Amino acid sequence: MSTAHVIETVGLTKSYGDHRVLRGVDLSVPRGSVLALLGSNGAGKTTAVKILATLLKADGGTATVNGHDVATRAADVRASISLTGQFAAVDEVLTGRENLVLVARLRRVPDAGAVADGLLDRFGLTDAAGRRVATYSGGMRRRLDIAMSLVGSPPVLFLDEPTTGLDPQSRLEVWRTVRDLAGQGITVLLTTQYLDEAEQLADRIAILHEGRIIADGTLAELKRLLPAATVEYVEKQPTLEDVYLAIVGHDGPRP
Amino acid sequence: MPTAFVHDSTVLLGRSLRHILRSPDTIITTAITPITMLLLFVYVFGGAIDVGRAAYVDYLLPGILLVTVASGIAYTAFRLFTDVSSGIFERFQSMPIARSALLWGHVLTSVVANLVSLVLVVLVALAMGFRSGAGVLAWLAVLGIMLLFTTALTWLAVIPGLTATSVDGVSGFSYPLVFLPFVSSAFVPTAGMPGPVRWFAEHQPVTPIVDTLRALLAEQPVGDGLWTALAWCVGLLVVAYALAMRIHRSRTS
Repeated sequence: MSTAHVIETVGLTKSYGDHRVLRGVDLSVPRGSVLALLGSNGAGKTTAVKILATLLKADGGTATVNGHDVATRAADVRASISLTGQFAAVDEVLTGRENLVLVARLRRVPDAGAVADGLLDRFGLTDAAGRRVATYSGGMRRRLDIAMSLVGSPPVLFLDEPTTGLDPQSRLEVWRTVRDLAGQGITVLLTTQYLDEAEQLADRIAILHEGRIIADGTLAELKRLLPAATVEYVEKQPTLEDVYLAIVGHDGPRP
Repeated sequence: MPTAFVHDSTVLLGRSLRHILRSPDTIITTAITPITMLLLFVYVFGGAIDVGRAAYVDYLLPGILLVTVASGIAYTAFRLFTDVSSGIFERFQSMPIARSALLWGHVLTSVVANLVSLVLVVLVALAMGFRSGAGVLAWLAVLGIMLLFTTALTWLAVIPGLTATSVDGVSGFSYPLVFLPFVSSAFVPTAGMPGPVRWFAEHQPVTPIVDTLRALLAEQPVGDGLWTALAWCVGLLVVAYALAMRIHRSRTS
């Protein structure tokens, strides 16, 4: 176990019946950094996140979060993390404030009300605090969802496709939030299928393709993976999109 | 750990109770089916049913109480299903919360909601002429049996709540439970039923529970039926709880 890496997986495998979703995933995320797990739909990003968040058992390999093994020390892992799932997991019957207070009480945060008010303010939800979440827009729900994940300041945050289905404005809001979090030393693992999102937010990018991490590094490192010849022909720097398509191949999944 | 369990269950109970307070129609609709049955059987069919000297409403009420719970627990399954399908259940599961508290919050809510529905049904029965000279102890025994029965049946409802893949599936499971009392001593004495039906009616759980409640309310000796009734309730509770927890735990690491 390395203390420098808050999230570490070695040879993680998971199958659903005959379908091998993860075929040996190796990941390491240094403390206080943002890792974007990039991959197309069905690449296994959500499966990997669920295993790390103790919601799913891996078939093989090991995974530790904040130094705790997800299989044997699940309770310790849960105390270290927060998960913002693919779909905003908020209680529609309760108000925004009640949602935050609920999570605060479950996490035994002292002065749950003040914590809730602080987060409402930070996420621009103070005006809507007393309204039932059923009346919220998609962007507001997502903001509340992320705010709920920050109650109790867990050191590790999983964001599973945090901007999928959001309008551009809400997307920018979420991006700002993630940058804020990174600035506070929280370790973030976010999954995305948007290349620009990874480029904008991540310190490191890991590309999950056909159940394996086929590339892992900073944006600059990934760019260097392209053959130098291409760089000579193209006068501008390759975008991450170029890198991605070049290394995963243009013609879809291999047999 | 028990403190964590009690704390987490209490917080989650508060959450679900708030849901019910914001849609009190669930309690009213829970009570509507049994109240309709009560009216129908007392004022339409009751005149043709011979239950001896007792007033038919007195004879009928215990069975109607079981029907109330059977229709009430469908909402527990539905609320749990909604939590699972909306993703909030997953959020709770990824938090440092006592595992079983996630389910106990819903189960305790069901017990509270069903108690309110039961009180509504008893009030209607009183208005229709139901009378009992039972003392405090007998009423406490009735309450205790109903609590045990509700808890056991609610744990049964947790199973479809966790496993259903559609709203139809989750609400469908309770229909057989609502109709099971028809083939028991709840509506008519079993003596008039043909052989195999009578055998089934006398050996299924509703009959001993109904007979026990009826005896308690009519100030009659309960006899061995009480133990059969308790054995069914405890047996169902243990089996349903074990199954539900097994399904719950198998879903996560």
